Amino acid sequence: MQGLGISVLFKGNNFLRLLGGLGVTLELSLVSIVLSIIFGMAFGLLMTLKNPVIRGFCRIYLETVRIVPQMVLLFLCYFGLAKAFNLQISGEAAAVAVFTFWGAGEMGDLVRGALTSIPRHQLESSAALGLTKKQTYRYVLIPQTLRRLIPQSINLATRMVKTTSLVMLIGIVEVLKVGQQIIEAARYDVPTAAIWIYGVVFALYFFICWPISLLASRLERKWQ
Amino acid sequence: MAIKGAGRVKTPVLRIDNLVKSFDGSVVLNDISLTIGEGEVVVIIGPSGCGKSTLLRCVNGLEPVDSGEIYLRDARIDGQKKNLHLVRQKIGMVFQSYDLFPHMDVMDNLLLGPMRALGRTKQDATAEAEAALKRVGLSDKAHALPRQLSGGQKQRVAIVRATLMHPDILLLDEITAALDPEMVREVLSVVLDLAKDGMTMAIVTHEMRFAEAVADRILFMDGGSIVEEGKPKAFFASPETARARKFLNTFTYEELREGIPT
Repeated sequence: MQGLGISVLFKGNNFLRLLGGLGVTLELSLVSIVLSIIFGMAFGLLMTLKNPVIRGFCRIYLETVRIVPQMVLLFLCYFGLAKAFNLQISGEAAAVAVFTFWGAGEMGDLVRGALTSIPRHQLESSAALGLTKKQTYRYVLIPQTLRRLIPQSINLATRMVKTTSLVMLIGIVEVLKVGQQIIEAARYDVPTAAIWIYGVVFALYFFICWPISLLASRLERKWQ
Repeated sequence: MAIKGAGRVKTPVLRIDNLVKSFDGSVVLNDISLTIGEGEVVVIIGPSGCGKSTLLRCVNGLEPVDSGEIYLRDARIDGQKKNLHLVRQKIGMVFQSYDLFPHMDVMDNLLLGPMRALGRTKQDATAEAEAALKRVGLSDKAHALPRQLSGGQKQRVAIVRATLMHPDILLLDEITAALDPEMVREVLSVVLDLAKDGMTMAIVTHEMRFAEAVADRILFMDGGSIVEEGKPKAFFASPETARARKFLNTFTYEELREGIPT
């Protein structure tokens, strides 16, 4: 049945399968983002400490996260650890571990940046008003830090959603992998399926990430 | 707030005895002693780096002192750790860079101290804040964000914010140094009104004419010491020390042009 490429999308339950794949993508992203935020906050606070040993450790961690491609980390975690220590971890667990390792580093740097960007004068001004340290944190430091942090973390979240497409390489069937399977299955009947299916995957990513990205820039403008 | 001239034995609002402060081994304040009485306005002038700002910062504990003693109405306040915030509630301070909280509108900036530090009700604090804003001509700005205000407006809000705490003394640290001349005027007129109302103040400024107009007493500092002290008229007309004469002369360009060494 030679036909229009788009027909593949509506053959059988192909579209539902794609959406299912998207669900896997979003689930992996969401878990990784939540864990990254939690560990990132802690890491960011650590980075503001003056202790040289802690600083050195943080520096090395952050550089590692930035320099090494996520794919290498994924392979190292999924294949490397499994062989070396006879550790059988699922693809999902490896993916969450790697994305959290990466996300916590990036998030930590954002937290550190936001915390240290609050001018010393703001704290002095609050202290001079007679507020306690705790009140200064609650009413002055934390609200301003969050205003700087939230738009940037949303951008990090969209980057994480995109990057989860790599996990198909360690055998997780997420939206891109489902798309590939559909194209493979239809390659004799509909040779042009690739452009249609990948086009749909493109659109799915776009409509997930675009509103988030818009939200981030709106918040950024609103809070300056 | 104590009533001015209530007939008790007059204790100074602020007393500083033999204050010494250094940064990294270089002495910034060298044996400063000073008292400021109820309702008195003391203006501190002197060249940059003479220690005048540091003096104000020591008074409300933003800088720790090396030695000496500071008393606020007979209670020793230097070296306070645990109750420093209670001390600071009685010492208002306004900075050169306004330092309003940028994420709050004007009203919230004004209410933060009275409500959170003094525990007053919102209704009560709001009524007072609105009246105070009106007095400085900013009623229409209650719900503006600091970034929507001019420098002069921000500084007026900062002064109001400090006065709403009903401090025993108000410290003003070069509050017009970052402002255009026009805005300097509107800010200084607010300070003159405060002086008229009997607010006790210690003011660091480079505005000599303002100093003369507002001060009950002028302190001239140089090199971390109080070099000269006097009534404003006498001080500006004929300073006693050579150092003060030289400092005031810095401002006459005729002498520069004629090559008279300053």
